[in-house]
Amino acid sequence: MVMKIITNFARRIFSGMFKKKGEVKLGFYGPPNAGKTSLANRICQDFLGEDLGEVSKMPHETRHVQFKEKVLIEKDGKKIEFKLIDTPGIATKIDFEDFMKFGMNRKKAQERAKEATHGIIESIKWLDDMNAVIIVLDATANPYSQVNITIIGNLVARKIPVLIVGNKIDLRKADIKKIETAFPDYDVIGLSARTGKGMDEFYESLFKLVKRAK
Amino acid sequence: MVKKKGVEERKYRGELMIHFMPYSEIARDDALTRIKKIMGLVLQNKIIILQGRLKSEEEARLIEHTMTLVGNLPGFQGVEIAVLSGETERSMFENVRRNIAKILIGEQDAVTIIGPASVVKEMKRNPKKIELLLKRR
Repeated sequence: MVMKIITNFARRIFSGMFKKKGEVKLGFYGPPNAGKTSLANRICQDFLGEDLGEVSKMPHETRHVQFKEKVLIEKDGKKIEFKLIDTPGIATKIDFEDFMKFGMNRKKAQERAKEATHGIIESIKWLDDMNAVIIVLDATANPYSQVNITIIGNLVARKIPVLIVGNKIDLRKADIKKIETAFPDYDVIGLSARTGKGMDEFYESLFKLVKRAK
Repeated sequence: MVKKKGVEERKYRGELMIHFMPYSEIARDDALTRIKKIMGLVLQNKIIILQGRLKSEEEARLIEHTMTLVGNLPGFQGVEIAVLSGETERSMFENVRRNIAKILIGEQDAVTIIGPASVVKEMKRNPKKIELLLKRR
């Protein structure tokens, strides 16, 4: 037992000492269906020419943490490289019957619900490993959800720099001011991962965020 | 005694139960005990009004614990949770005083409402109020 503790401690110290400089783990967090994977796909398409994961209107489409290694962004002579980590949406409840409304049969809906619970637990566990986090919120939804507050609180406690993104600003109901009012201490960027609106301003903020993570 | 408790619970089955939990009830507990106490009440289909709030890390652990139960307990859909905190604009001195108090006695000038998702349909929160939408029974 004591040996195991010493070994783990030594591993943490040495992995920290030899950690590659510039290797930033950038996490995408937020509630389900806010557009985390859509934004990750937009970044990957813009700079790598390929998608990261599948998107859907059904909540909990992403049920496992997915990565893209060495994402290199070059813009206006500036360069950043990071590991992009897209996480399943965090929620406090899951009802398999919600999936059945999208035409899924009972058994498949139950399986999806179970996978979604594992995904949420996985997302929370990954919080410790992030160097910087983009919180993706749906700009048409109420930002005062406790899940959003809990995620931000946990990042602050871990001293991880945060950028808040209000996605879906192409929709009429979008209210970016509401997000800014809810989180006055953070940078908030409005964008549409679907149409690309607001992406230039987002990349500017992303450069600053990744810099703060180093 | 246990039998009596069971009889009492059966008597109130189908009724809406609200449990007020003063902060003193969890003040000396570690994170796991706090979560177990809260989840124990949630599983009895009670809505808990907790004086104060949990730490962010405890809230995250509460979500993890909830998801473990959703995956393993048939019929359990999770929880609805909302916190109304007394955060207002304060002077620097007041903030320092409040932070010291927070370290010493926890954050008590807040109210946390936690309810089972099978009872509470939605908790609508804005900075100044929480609205509870209950499911029809």
